[in-house]
Amino acid sequence: MSAGEAGLQPAGIEAIAVQGLHKSFGANEVLRGIDLSVAPHEVICLIGASGSGKSTLLRCLNLLEPISAGRIWLLGQDVTAAGIDANLVRRRVGIVFQSFNLFPHMTVLRNVTLAPVKALGMSRAEATAAARDLLGRFGLADKQYEYPDRLSGGQQQRVAIVRALAMQPQIMLLDEVTSALDPELVAEVLDLLRELAAGGMTMVIATHEMGFARDVANRVCFLEEGRIIEQGPPAELFTSPRDERTQRFLRRIVDAGRM
Amino acid sequence: MSTDSGSWQGTDGSADPARMALAAGLGPQMAGSFGTTGRGPRLLSGGGRKATIVSTISTLVVLAILAAIFWLAPGSAAFRHAFFSPANMWQAFIGDPRKGYYSVGGAIWLNIRMFLSAEVLILVLSLVIALIRQSTSPVMFPFRVLAMIYVDFFRGVPLLLVVYAVGLGVPALRLPVLSTQSSTVYGIAVLTLSYSAYVSEVYRAGLNSVHQSQVAAARSLGLSHFAALRYVILPQAIRNIIPPLLNDFISLQKDTALVGVLGAIEALQAAGIYASSVFNYSSFTVAAILFLILTIPLARFTDRLIERDRRRRLAGAMR
Repeated sequence: MSAGEAGLQPAGIEAIAVQGLHKSFGANEVLRGIDLSVAPHEVICLIGASGSGKSTLLRCLNLLEPISAGRIWLLGQDVTAAGIDANLVRRRVGIVFQSFNLFPHMTVLRNVTLAPVKALGMSRAEATAAARDLLGRFGLADKQYEYPDRLSGGQQQRVAIVRALAMQPQIMLLDEVTSALDPELVAEVLDLLRELAAGGMTMVIATHEMGFARDVANRVCFLEEGRIIEQGPPAELFTSPRDERTQRFLRRIVDAGRM
Repeated sequence: MSTDSGSWQGTDGSADPARMALAAGLGPQMAGSFGTTGRGPRLLSGGGRKATIVSTISTLVVLAILAAIFWLAPGSAAFRHAFFSPANMWQAFIGDPRKGYYSVGGAIWLNIRMFLSAEVLILVLSLVIALIRQSTSPVMFPFRVLAMIYVDFFRGVPLLLVVYAVGLGVPALRLPVLSTQSSTVYGIAVLTLSYSAYVSEVYRAGLNSVHQSQVAAARSLGLSHFAALRYVILPQAIRNIIPPLLNDFISLQKDTALVGVLGAIEALQAAGIYASSVFNYSSFTVAAILFLILTIPLARFTDRLIERDRRRRLAGAMR
């Protein structure tokens, strides 16, 4: 493969580079040409109505969904090239879902150590020590022997984030991680994300929490109908959106009392 | 938690089994109307002294009626001698090689050996079939078709017919090794072939009962397809299917008797030999009792598991 072909991404070493990404489910085109680049340590928030393609974009970045067209580079590697081992890619890119998806038949500790042991080949002792360390850092040390159904939603979601972090990913994708939570539990999860952002984690966060996006994001992208309509620093995008569709969306959010 | 069971469905479209169980009317608020005590349906319902007295009287009346029919029927004496003669029952149980009949009590061991061997083989074979049927890769297409034909065939053909076909047919082929096995081995093979078709469907239901998001969560962590199946999907699937699985095994235990037609001296065959040489059917009663001794504990154990599972799901849903 010669330079300038599939192996090289357009410019510099980006954490994530997406070019002309299309994704269809049957006749339904969910992503209609996404271009996005994310610098290392950058925090991007994706905002937009339900069905705008935020979740699908994240799932494509993690190779959970086969894409219809376009290119994705993660950490300089073209992950849409033929012969890419999706498992290796996913080990470097953590994703956390709206619905936690903890493994209900395992304790918190086993949830967190499973992938490091079975996918990275870490020894159980090593993985357990690392997991305890992470759980302790995020205030979950006393929950390590509990089963997920004994935890509150906020605790479950924090465990899900810790589970992803245990793989020591270089990029974290977060798909509306607070949407399924009771309002009083949202803060504990957002605080954890703030901490990760402060620690320099590269993150792409799909969220409906505009206040959080404003605080934490380096850049906010507004999606509608499978396209990035507008992007920019939160101060700019939230206060003086240029595109009429962005304005309409933000007005609805304000009217709903969500900002 | 809402008390309006209708509102639980469709709020998020998820197929949470606990929610479905609740919505289906198994919720705690419904439990009372079925005479339960919040711990599920029980043989003896709660309700204090009065209920105990009523259930005792009712039991005595039913027993008295059954006993009356049994003892007062015109042919009662002959019937009792033919089926419940203690001397014959004992004779059939211990057997007498000099008189040419086998011990039914000894022969039941062959049934036990057959179903234990078959159960192990069934658990493996049916899992393989279920996984093939669940596969999505285009490469697996011919195997999926074969697995489907296999399941359709063995579920559709009467077990007795398969016993004859294999037990008489395979020896007739005069193949090395394959054609020279004992009727016990053919019996185990037939039971395995036939029951694997049923049990593979049970496995499949179990695999389907694990939500797709669990697969996504496992794969997103970088676990391989196999690791996700082995550590995340199968353990949950198997936990969900233990009751129906045991149910199939209860019926397997009885069906070992069909292998008797090939000449294997299992309990029913031994009882038949006794009956035809002494002209007394008490040996069949012995065989029936022995089969009941085998199946009833497993049936009660299955009930307990189902109950435990139901309670666990309820407890989960209450949180």
